[in-house]
Amino acid sequence: MTEQLLTVDNLRVSFHTRAGENQAVRSVSFRVGAGDTLGIVGESGSGKSVTAKAIMDLIAAPGEVLGGEIRFRGESLRGLPQKKWRQLRGNRIAMVFQDPMTSLNPVKTIGYQIAEVLRRHKGLGKEAALKESVNMLRKVGINEPERRVHQYPHEFSGGMRQRVMIAMALSCDPELLIADEPTTALDVTIQAQLLDLLTQLKQQSDTAIVLITHDLGVVAKVCTRVVVMYAGMVMEEGTVEDIFYRTGHPYTQGLLRSLPQRGGANRERLVPIEGSPPDLIDPEPGCPFRERCPYAFEKCGELPPMLETEGDGHRSLCWLLEGGKRTLAQALEERGEAAR
Amino acid sequence: MRRLIIRRLLQTIPMIFFVSLVCFALVKAAPGDPVKTFLPPNIHQADIERIRHNLGLDQPAYVQYAKWLKESLSGNLGYSLVNHMPVTKQILDRLPATAGLMGAAIALAVLLAIPLGLAAGSNRNKWVDKLVNLFAYIGISVPLFWLAILFVYFFSIKMHWLPSLGMHTIGKKGAIDVIKHGILPCSVLAISFLSSYVRYIRSGTISQLKEDYVQIQYAFGSGKRTILFRHVMKHVLLPIITLLGMSMGELVTGAIVTETVFSWPGIGSLGMTAVRGLDYPVILGITLFSSLLLIIGNLLADILYGFADPRIKTTR
Amino acid sequence: MNRSKWRNVGAELMANKAGIVAILVLVVFALAAAFAFLSSKDPNEMNVMEKLRHPGAAHWFGTDDYGRDYFARALYGGRVSLTVGFLAMILSTGIGVTIGVISGYFGGLIDSLLMRFVEIIMSIPSFLILLLLSIYLKPSIGNLIVIISLLMWMNISRIVRAETMSLKEREYVLYAKASGQSSFGIIGRHILPNLVSVIIVSATNNVASAIMMESSLSFLGFGVQAPNATWGSMLNGAQGLMFSSPYLAIFPGLLIFLTVLSFNVLGDILRVGFEPKLGKR
Repeated sequence: MTEQLLTVDNLRVSFHTRAGENQAVRSVSFRVGAGDTLGIVGESGSGKSVTAKAIMDLIAAPGEVLGGEIRFRGESLRGLPQKKWRQLRGNRIAMVFQDPMTSLNPVKTIGYQIAEVLRRHKGLGKEAALKESVNMLRKVGINEPERRVHQYPHEFSGGMRQRVMIAMALSCDPELLIADEPTTALDVTIQAQLLDLLTQLKQQSDTAIVLITHDLGVVAKVCTRVVVMYAGMVMEEGTVEDIFYRTGHPYTQGLLRSLPQRGGANRERLVPIEGSPPDLIDPEPGCPFRERCPYAFEKCGELPPMLETEGDGHRSLCWLLEGGKRTLAQALEERGEAAR
Repeated sequence: MRRLIIRRLLQTIPMIFFVSLVCFALVKAAPGDPVKTFLPPNIHQADIERIRHNLGLDQPAYVQYAKWLKESLSGNLGYSLVNHMPVTKQILDRLPATAGLMGAAIALAVLLAIPLGLAAGSNRNKWVDKLVNLFAYIGISVPLFWLAILFVYFFSIKMHWLPSLGMHTIGKKGAIDVIKHGILPCSVLAISFLSSYVRYIRSGTISQLKEDYVQIQYAFGSGKRTILFRHVMKHVLLPIITLLGMSMGELVTGAIVTETVFSWPGIGSLGMTAVRGLDYPVILGITLFSSLLLIIGNLLADILYGFADPRIKTTR
Repeated sequence: MNRSKWRNVGAELMANKAGIVAILVLVVFALAAAFAFLSSKDPNEMNVMEKLRHPGAAHWFGTDDYGRDYFARALYGGRVSLTVGFLAMILSTGIGVTIGVISGYFGGLIDSLLMRFVEIIMSIPSFLILLLLSIYLKPSIGNLIVIISLLMWMNISRIVRAETMSLKEREYVLYAKASGQSSFGIIGRHILPNLVSVIIVSATNNVASAIMMESSLSFLGFGVQAPNATWGSMLNGAQGLMFSSPYLAIFPGLLIFLTVLSFNVLGDILRVGFEPKLGKR
């Protein structure tokens, strides 16, 4: 096992709304090793972005982190004073956001915005910071960086702006990069280019990446480990191979089936997951997926623990796996049920 | 940017033309015969006709308008019916008093509004915000003439701190005396400008702070102060340019009420006297003058805004 | 305009103490103006023996320099101010909405012409026009309402125009067009109902501006003519009596201030209530 860079244990985040307490994240745990690329997968509302914001301590009212522990290099981040946070953010932990169109200040030049981060964290002077900004722009594949560094965000396309954001995030050579759906707002071809860029940059440095996405295809392409989230909880975690070939949770199975397969050989019909996610205001006890789960049985009225699944460090939140390390398919076979 | 300027300039010309037309029509629509009003009642009809002819009043309206426009463009706004002085000269004579008063009030308002608005907007629902907001509400809701009367009562009549009427003490000269006289009217005007500016800046700050890029700045380690001064302030100050442009028009009319209460010898009280005396050339001159100021103010504001906002500046 | 939006506005009003106070103030003032005749005092009755009495049990607001009961005058003055404010709001909103909707919905030449017209009117300082018109037309209450309305409809027409332009691009309007509904049918069924919130907010602020304009005019002596009182003209009279009777200046001004303040507070609360995305106060 590699040294743990980030550990999240039992994280709980709620939003206080007029209708009541929306439990966006209830008990989420995972770890990220140095140099790992962890994918957090889930549909919208599953709590994945909230988790990311909570790691960065960016949850603002009416949201509130109610409990749990977040450690970075063994040091607890909960209750860290703001002054310490400011030294951490953008420096040792950086973040890239979903919508590049609104991520940058429209009335400041690109160069100013990257240089500001460098000046703050690396103590560079104006000139040196601007020079380093040009280097960063070149690194993320922006042509004529000397000229473009003086331009404003509206003179860049969406894909180019996201490259700028990545340049900004990587400018201080962070140990951890959190990318929150970095390609969702972009065209498919641009998405692929950006993912290639991220993989390429990943190889050049030892920055660990937490990639948040709803797209299992993206996960397969970039990540080494995966956390599958649903209704504010982790359903399954394991390596990419574990998730795709030794699937442990019916929800993951559902996600995989709704994914279009490449190549003609196993062209199955796409199967959507029936129903919709549960209401997170006053959620019912028990497994959150049981309403939509084709294999649900009486025991699902009680919340299952994370159970060992076939593979190293592969665990799933499902009663079907009780009593031995195996995959969902194996468990179903044992029970004499066919996969539905 | 150059195209924007040219387009705005071209828009301005027909605007000025139509505004002058409306001004002229307003005065033409006046009830009663302007000649008869100012002549003794026992004058002969023939004399009236002669005077009408001399003044060009017997010609069709469009001829009168063309003449008036031609004269106005060359700077001659006609003569007062009451004291027969050139209108242009009267306006220019009064201009320094009004411009000084309004300029000081607007400058004071902007200087106070920026820190107050930023402080309130970035400390939402804290005491600073509540206090500033309360003040702004009072400021936009209080009738200026009432505030002026209260100021006179308290500062002049009760406390004898400041003079309440006019611009000079008879027999005294010098800047300090003028400033003393100006403090009360200036404060009244400043309060009114300040409260509307503060509301703009406060709500601008609030909405900017909700923008994605601000949240993202936090994620890059910026503190609240850095974000406020390095990122938000520029956005919030841009609309002030437009507000200032609009204030140009009020340079004259905004002061009517205040100048009247304080007997401040500016264009506002000139206009008020003219309105009471039905002195149409003066009214027309002042209306045209302030409309032109407003049009030019808006034009300047648009162009300045274009230079200040990179999103407009870099588009051709 | 759905029901939840109204409920939201209601909740916003009830949750806000300032809003409740504002409504109370306005209701009390409106009732006082409506039932002014119940007061035993005649607002125009002069009594030289009783002139310039300070406020007390016999005369709640004192008496003016003609010995007229100041409280009764304030009651009747409020009647004028509130009537002018309210009716000018209705008239100016009517004009503004009509022009705004036509301009925004039909676009093209009509739109350019109407909007240029609005721009021209807005380029002439409105207070000067207000003064001029109030000299031409003898300042009866009806004329005052018309004059003030003519100076207030431009803002609302601009807001309504912008809103209409965005509404007419919505799917359901396009669908209604495609299915052959007439322009006026679409405006009545799909555009106007969605404009209600914008209109209510602007209209509330317009009442405040109208009252302010009326009182400024009356203060300068161009409003409703003597001996009838309005809050503005009462202040005009009080100005010369500041040495002996400052209370004469306090009451009418305070009443204008409280009325305008209440409408402004109400307008802002409505705005937030109708558009929760603007955030809570």
